[in-house]
Amino acid sequence: MALLEVTNIHAYYGNIHALKGISLKVEEGEIVTLIGGNGAGKSTTLRSICGLMKPRQGSITLRGEDLMPYKANQLVSRGIAMVPEGRGVFAKLSVTENLELGAFHRSDTDGIVKDIDYAFTLFPRLGERRHQLAGTMSGGEQQMLAIARALMARPTVLLMDEPSMGLAPVLVETIFDTIGQVNKEGTTILLVEQNAHIALQVAHRGYVIQTGEIILSDTAQALRRDPTVQKAYLGID
Amino acid sequence: MTTNWKPIIRMGLLAGIITLYMAVVGMLESFSEREVIRDFVTLGQIMLVFASITAGYLATRRLSDAQNPLRLLVSGAIVGLMSSLPLLVLVLLASQLELRDILVNVTRDLIRILTFDQESLLTGGLMLLLVFTAAGTVGALIRSISPRLRQSLIFGVAWVLGIGILSELVQQILQQVFDRDALRVVFIRDALKPEAALAIFVIAAVLDYLWLSQGKVLRSRLTPTAPGPQRNLRYGGFALLALLLLVLPWLVGTATSDVLTSVGLYILMGLGLNIAVGLAGLLDLGYVTNFAVGAYVMGVLTSTGPLGIDAKTGLAIFNFWLVLPVSLIVAMFTGLILAVPVLRMRGDYLAIATLGFGEIIRLLAISDWLKPVIGGAQGILFIPKPEFLGVRLLPQAEIFPLILNDPQQIYYVILAACLFAIFVSTRLNNSRTGRQWMAIREDEDVAAAMGINTAKAKLLAFTLSAATGGLAGGIFASKLGTIFPNSFSLLVSVNVLSLIIIGGMGSIPGIVIGAFVLIGLPEILREFDQFRLLLYGALLIVMMLARPEGLWPSAIHRREMHQTEDDSKPIAEPPRDATVVVAGD
Repeated sequence: MALLEVTNIHAYYGNIHALKGISLKVEEGEIVTLIGGNGAGKSTTLRSICGLMKPRQGSITLRGEDLMPYKANQLVSRGIAMVPEGRGVFAKLSVTENLELGAFHRSDTDGIVKDIDYAFTLFPRLGERRHQLAGTMSGGEQQMLAIARALMARPTVLLMDEPSMGLAPVLVETIFDTIGQVNKEGTTILLVEQNAHIALQVAHRGYVIQTGEIILSDTAQALRRDPTVQKAYLGID
Repeated sequence: MTTNWKPIIRMGLLAGIITLYMAVVGMLESFSEREVIRDFVTLGQIMLVFASITAGYLATRRLSDAQNPLRLLVSGAIVGLMSSLPLLVLVLLASQLELRDILVNVTRDLIRILTFDQESLLTGGLMLLLVFTAAGTVGALIRSISPRLRQSLIFGVAWVLGIGILSELVQQILQQVFDRDALRVVFIRDALKPEAALAIFVIAAVLDYLWLSQGKVLRSRLTPTAPGPQRNLRYGGFALLALLLLVLPWLVGTATSDVLTSVGLYILMGLGLNIAVGLAGLLDLGYVTNFAVGAYVMGVLTSTGPLGIDAKTGLAIFNFWLVLPVSLIVAMFTGLILAVPVLRMRGDYLAIATLGFGEIIRLLAISDWLKPVIGGAQGILFIPKPEFLGVRLLPQAEIFPLILNDPQQIYYVILAACLFAIFVSTRLNNSRTGRQWMAIREDEDVAAAMGINTAKAKLLAFTLSAATGGLAGGIFASKLGTIFPNSFSLLVSVNVLSLIIIGGMGSIPGIVIGAFVLIGLPEILREFDQFRLLLYGALLIVMMLARPEGLWPSAIHRREMHQTEDDSKPIAEPPRDATVVVAGD
């Protein structure tokens, strides 16, 4: 049994059928990426997993436990943490306060302090700016903060929604290096990305989603060589 | 280098049009009745030239670096000249046509104010032109002097204006210490003596100048650095403030105490609404709902009239103190019930839904359906005043010889309620709950993804906010003795929201200042009253342009507005001279 299993979920925005039976699996220790174009349903899938949106059908399980009955806030303590699209840092709070909010469901004060220190070793940039307001930092720093904040929840699975969005190419490299590092230290990651090129470099396996359906799934290496993927998402003819 | 005259001319005309508007709505005339300096300056005259001076100051903003004082002054003069044109047109038209048929406020008195009491149209018009040109030049002059001196001069003028405009109140307070003859040295009836005004100006300006140049040294010598004495200083400050709050109603007299109680009730409501709007970011435009519920609960349960529970059941067990918590709790439950359906709404939608609730309550209060219970348009009469320790706080003065007047006693009830609300808000804001609200205010989805139960936190904010409103309503009903549906109009919600915005969202001192400015000032300066909404609107616009964080912003807002990307140091002080930032064109 896989760590995270999404089976045949259907989700709607009003009458619009956004997800038409999505199924995917994430094994322990993996980075799995979900790639696809605009409006394909990548973010909707993530929002369904982390409880911000309720699919009408299907099942989502984490280590065999059904996640469907829970709301977003209850899922955090069950091991689902999210790096939201567009970073979503609390602009008017300082870096440290943002991190503390990431550990909101935890009550082990010592552990939280230790994890904040760890976050600052992982992202030294954040350590230098620990008292700065999150909203005044650069896009790349905010993305790092969003990732660090999600890690504060000590998640079983980390969901990431388009970490490359709106970042300069150099920064995208840095962020994805960190994602690889976080994964090596034991966090399982489900990564949604429009930038298929870089996502498939860091991921172990990948799914291709198109208009609410999974059209392809394979190892990242195989997907990179797949002619459809090359043509549609990697810009190679 | 050539000067770009276009913005200068535009600014002048703009100032002229603003002044023209103030003239034709009748503001200038009714403000002319208040003398600031005896036989010298009335409030109306100050308002007449204020826009031109400001425009002269603002229009020369871009020229200030140029080392050319002549050009600066010429620009100012042109601004002033331009600003006189709209008024000249008005004076000219008024002399030829019967304008009063359309513009009822264009009276002969107004024209006399505009022409400075000159008999002939020519000299009057010339006078107007000259005064306005001078005003614009003065604005430019203010620009040309050094910032430190400028600030001291403005400070001096502000003191003179403050004392002059509020001279009735100031005299009332000073009467407690000095006798009438001593006051007559400074005041003649309701205005400052010219020589006293000059003295005040010089003293205030010199003191400010000295403080600005020497203050830092003085302050560092006076403030102890050790934590122990520093704490004592803090406590001393608090004790002084507490003492002032306790004796305040006796210093200012009955009439002003009544104003204080109104301000106090609005502070209380502001504190309540601030929990929803300022802390949790839930824009509630129907805050009057809670106020009305609290007031009607107090009315129905304590009234000795035919509508009271007393007359209906013969149970004469309810008094103010017993019912006040009931008012609070009932309002809390109403708040909870109304919050449930709007829980999923955000921003504008939430605002509109709550706006609807406010209107529903007013319509229910006025309806025939509920008339047997709450009296419909006739309201509830005979609501008794609070009693203190079994002794009627009002109006039996003989039992409590210290206490003389109604508003002066009810003041303490409101003061206690405000202090309680301040205590609760501060504690909440610094707690885990406050953190949750902050996160929800920033981004609800992300807050939920952090494990925050957004529904619960929002319900809590709504209920606590409603409870405070109910408390204010209960006191209000007892204070007035009668309640009518039209006391619970949309305007109450608007007032409370405006005072929060003007004071500074989320800031408790800001709410207090906002309530004094928006509720207190119009009560003390009675001629403001008919222009209250106009001035609110103008004030809100000016605030949003010049100082969007409010008069006394919360620490967070201050951080946000004054931190640049490279500045990682905490909180810079906001600039004292905020007018400089007024919108560019």
